[in-house]
Amino acid sequence: MPGMAEKTYAQAINEAIREEMRRDPKVFLMGEDVGVFGGAFKVTVGILEEFGPERVRDTPISELGIVGLATGAALTGSRPVAELMYLDFACLAMDQIVNQAAKLRYMFGGKARVPLVVRAQQGSGRGNAAQHSQSLEAWFFHVPGLYVALPSTAADAKGMLKTAIRNDNPVMFIEHKLLYAVKGEVPDGDHLVPLGKGDVKRPGRDVTVVATSRMVHFALQAAEALAGEGMECEVVDPRWLVPLDTDLIVESVKKTHKCVVVHEAVERGGIGGEIAAQVMEKAFPYLDAPVKRVTAPNAPIPFNEKLEASMIPSAERIAAGVRAVL
Amino acid sequence: MAKAMEAVKAAEPALTAAKAHEMYRLMVRVRLFEERARDLYMRNILRGALHLYIGMEGVAVGACAALREDDYITSTHRGHGHCIAKGGRTELMMAELMGKATGYCKGKGGSMHIADMDRGILGANGIVCGSLPIAAGAALSSKLLNQGRVAVSFFGDGGANIGPFHESLNFAAIWKLPVVFICENNLYAISTKFEQATAVPNVADRAAGYNIPGVVANGNDIVDVYAKTRAAVERARRGEGPTLVEAKTYRFEGHNMGDPQNYRSKDEVEKWRKIDPILRFEDYLRSRGLGSDDAFQKVQAETTQEIDRAVEFAQNSPEPALDEVMTDIYAN
Repeated sequence: MPGMAEKTYAQAINEAIREEMRRDPKVFLMGEDVGVFGGAFKVTVGILEEFGPERVRDTPISELGIVGLATGAALTGSRPVAELMYLDFACLAMDQIVNQAAKLRYMFGGKARVPLVVRAQQGSGRGNAAQHSQSLEAWFFHVPGLYVALPSTAADAKGMLKTAIRNDNPVMFIEHKLLYAVKGEVPDGDHLVPLGKGDVKRPGRDVTVVATSRMVHFALQAAEALAGEGMECEVVDPRWLVPLDTDLIVESVKKTHKCVVVHEAVERGGIGGEIAAQVMEKAFPYLDAPVKRVTAPNAPIPFNEKLEASMIPSAERIAAGVRAVL
Repeated sequence: MAKAMEAVKAAEPALTAAKAHEMYRLMVRVRLFEERARDLYMRNILRGALHLYIGMEGVAVGACAALREDDYITSTHRGHGHCIAKGGRTELMMAELMGKATGYCKGKGGSMHIADMDRGILGANGIVCGSLPIAAGAALSSKLLNQGRVAVSFFGDGGANIGPFHESLNFAAIWKLPVVFICENNLYAISTKFEQATAVPNVADRAAGYNIPGVVANGNDIVDVYAKTRAAVERARRGEGPTLVEAKTYRFEGHNMGDPQNYRSKDEVEKWRKIDPILRFEDYLRSRGLGSDDAFQKVQAETTQEIDRAVEFAQNSPEPALDEVMTDIYAN
């Protein structure tokens, strides 16, 4: 197809970063192993070679410093893209993310701008165990002043990252470690995904399945299987958690009258609860059944492969969730 | 390293009369602003956080005297002195303390978050040491954008033991960032004595751990603070990297309003009041023919009127509209 090329999610992110760095000299990268090493997940390979060490900065292991310096740089005219190797390590930088970057504009009465992107990856399935596998998007979802991006495909990753870099607000750009190798068709050139715009990944009339990040792929697999049983699922991928495309979700529920929310994060306090509440508030008369959540149980992620796998909402578990509301 | 140390052991700089008078006026402005804020707080006209800078004027004014207008500062919860010393406007500050729409932050920040981006005041900060990484980042930005600006980051003795201190100094050192870290050691965090909380006798000793110069200044001697900050700022502007300056000083008031101050003796406070930085600078000015009691009183009277006008402006200003809760969360 002209104007499109098959790329991995990692390659799409690489392309987005390069294009934005070429376009705007104020954009720069900083993070652990992002330069010489090309990134712990090989996402930033070649970027140091193209742009040089002033704009691609390998840092010490210093997450609070990484995000804090990036915040200060963003406040004063630069457009940093800071990387946290694992979103779990955001814990070390939370003051700068939550108390500083998210709040400076508001506390200063609107005079400050913090055009900061913090890229990180999350998710389980590689045996990295409890401290390297969490899905923590709900924490950032809960902080006014942050935008939160969870791309599920290569095309979305490219378009959302470009939008995030051009946006004048702090964006938590949350990738998934098991999506980096997943290929997809990616538009060439200046492909932008608008802020706050979700996407119907698969249309259907019988049930709305809201899914995020890697779970979109399992939801689509479940939808394939269920189609064979005569059930048509509409898979809705919000893409941005903040701003959340509630209208897209509600519009879908008004059509299907049933809603299942799937996320890899643990059930308690996950975004599924917020989405369920919004669907109830905005579409209650349309619902034939309570909103169902398919999530990880409230447990840390164990090392053992089977135990770990049991936590992740599989296509089978999602299908079971759909059958429960139909 | 020794060469760097020599560079910051500056001899007494020649202060022009104009510069000296400006510095004196700023010290008085800080003092009278803070005394007025204290009074208004005790009369329940101000609310929330109020951490007074009284007694520490030598540090803020001495340090900021070494800066250009487009240089950056970051400040602390005890930030009124820094903001005034960097050119902050007292009427906009007072309006902010009263939570008014005309305040620096539209009444949405309060005392601990006053900022004036146009004057390079990148904010007071309510998190101890929270602004050191931000200052280092501003310095990084200046380097990347080739602006030649220097960032000065104020913090207290209480902030010398926490993570961001170490991470910021290390980053600034390895990347030779044009930032000067100024520790205002007033001997107490809230009630915790510096020597009980800190493994070294001087915060400046920690500079060696980051291979940068560490300098101790007499925080109550504004000329000493000015000289040492100036040397550090010039070093930074030459591209030679950061410096840690520790200004030994003392706050005459409690940590915040209502602090019972049961952790320090009245004798100790009196001892420090005798070396009030403003009185000391008056002696300096007198001895060099740069000031007289009449001249000092004139400045104080003028400044009192200025503060009166600031209070009047603030009291006559409107409150922000209720829907301001939901504005300025994001830039569009």
